[in-house]
Amino acid sequence: MRAAVRLAAWLYAIAVYGFIFLPVVVLILFSLQATSFPIPPFTGPSLRWYQAVLSDARLTSALVNSLLVAVLSSLASVTLGFLSAWGFARFVLPGSALLRGLITLPLTVSYLIIGMGLLVLFNWAGVPKSLIAAGIGHVVINLPLCFAIIYSQMGDHQINIERAARDLGAPEWKVLLMITVPVMAPAIFAGFFLSMTFSWDEFVISFLLTRFETTLPVEIWNLLRSGLNPKTNAVGSLVFAVSIVLVVLFELTLLRRKPA
Amino acid sequence: MSGSGGSPRALPWALVTPALAWTLLFFVLPFVAMGLSSLTAHEGGGFTLTNYSQFFTDPSYWRAMVNSLQVTAIVTVISIALAYPFAWILAEQVPERWQRLALMLAVLPFWTSYVVRSYSWLLVLAQNGVINRALTGIGLIAEPLQLANTRFATVTGFVHFFVMLLTLTIFANLKQLSPSYRKAAADLGAGPVRTFLHVVLPLTLPGIMVGAFLTFVLCIGDYITPQILGGNNELLMPQLVMMQIGRRGDFPLASALSIILMAVVTVAYLACARWLKIERA
Repeated sequence: MRAAVRLAAWLYAIAVYGFIFLPVVVLILFSLQATSFPIPPFTGPSLRWYQAVLSDARLTSALVNSLLVAVLSSLASVTLGFLSAWGFARFVLPGSALLRGLITLPLTVSYLIIGMGLLVLFNWAGVPKSLIAAGIGHVVINLPLCFAIIYSQMGDHQINIERAARDLGAPEWKVLLMITVPVMAPAIFAGFFLSMTFSWDEFVISFLLTRFETTLPVEIWNLLRSGLNPKTNAVGSLVFAVSIVLVVLFELTLLRRKPA
Repeated sequence: MSGSGGSPRALPWALVTPALAWTLLFFVLPFVAMGLSSLTAHEGGGFTLTNYSQFFTDPSYWRAMVNSLQVTAIVTVISIALAYPFAWILAEQVPERWQRLALMLAVLPFWTSYVVRSYSWLLVLAQNGVINRALTGIGLIAEPLQLANTRFATVTGFVHFFVMLLTLTIFANLKQLSPSYRKAAADLGAGPVRTFLHVVLPLTLPGIMVGAFLTFVLCIGDYITPQILGGNNELLMPQLVMMQIGRRGDFPLASALSIILMAVVTVAYLACARWLKIERA
């Protein structure tokens, strides 16, 4: 009986792993296809579609745009999130709960609606579509996330360290830079990392708010119009590789911090 | 509050104002603009309620909302049904030292780009894709099945994403359960099945509800998966919204439809929140 349960459990787990990995394996396998269609039979391996991606100026510039938007919007998100978390955690402000609720409110609204709202507003205000407009949207979705992560990690023992520094005569900016930021570094890093991955992968806001110069997910979307194409497989596999490197780095950094 | 120079009252506001201003300017104000826009006529620009009445009178618009709710409900149920046993196996059957790796592997494709993930399913489900080739190859079917550009494809793409998400949340939930509950049940003579049904399942139910709500919100607002996998055979709400902007530049109607979609999510949230509170009491 027990052995039967174990066997069933194993079979089930293998089936779910199979389901989870099926599309990724197919994506990567047919990115190495030698012929023009990413469908069976497999004719590779060949790197021609990776060469095609790397020599496609639209894709490479979209990749640079994506990285720029991700880094800059994440820096802005984490800065605004950290300062406001510090303000709300350390000082008693009137209407604090309400204002904190306001900052985290965008978390409950879908990206499509945030993007639509900005599109309507910018359209009325005469703000042209651009990477900056998309970056503004990315800060709207990532600021609440950074705020929530950092605010939840601001504990009482850190207040005591800050107080000690103030009693020893440190001005407020010095307390902030030399005590609070280093102590909060893991939360700040986690907020920055999550913002990076969300911005890097965000599609619908960038789609609505950019026009000629755009981000990688939108450029990949444009590639989809040509139907199934090994080039899309290749660029998709590359994006996956970048994400995996980021996740592994994140795991390693967290693991290294844990014993401390 | 602090002994250092400058007004002690000004500092806290200087810290929180930038974030508040950003939220007001780029989240609240756009929402107001969308609300005003939804009350404006597309042609001419006068005040009107037709954008809303159009939704309630035109059956094709209704249809999109019904489709969205149906797909979201199907996806939520299937995802939980698949993810719960999987998370249970990872938490209970896999040896402790391998669990971290097993979980990381289970959510690895979660980190592929969202657009690319949907496209990958298109490769699998296409007319001459992997599944159809395999099925015709072993002679199970004579003609390839129409799998892509159907509701089945949309649901498959969604379930793939949410099984990973729910495995994470349910796994965390199961690990939080103290082993003493299970020991107590065993001491009182309950077998593993009864222990699971009467102890483990009820204790993880609030976590499942949170996961279900998350699935609902993310699923009903998503444009990418139904557009890539479902095609235009049947429209879901986000596709209907995007269509108003893309084809016709009809911002007022798109705004009204967005607000209706948001209202549905809010109602679901209120229903869910009440349910969760009862659960905790």
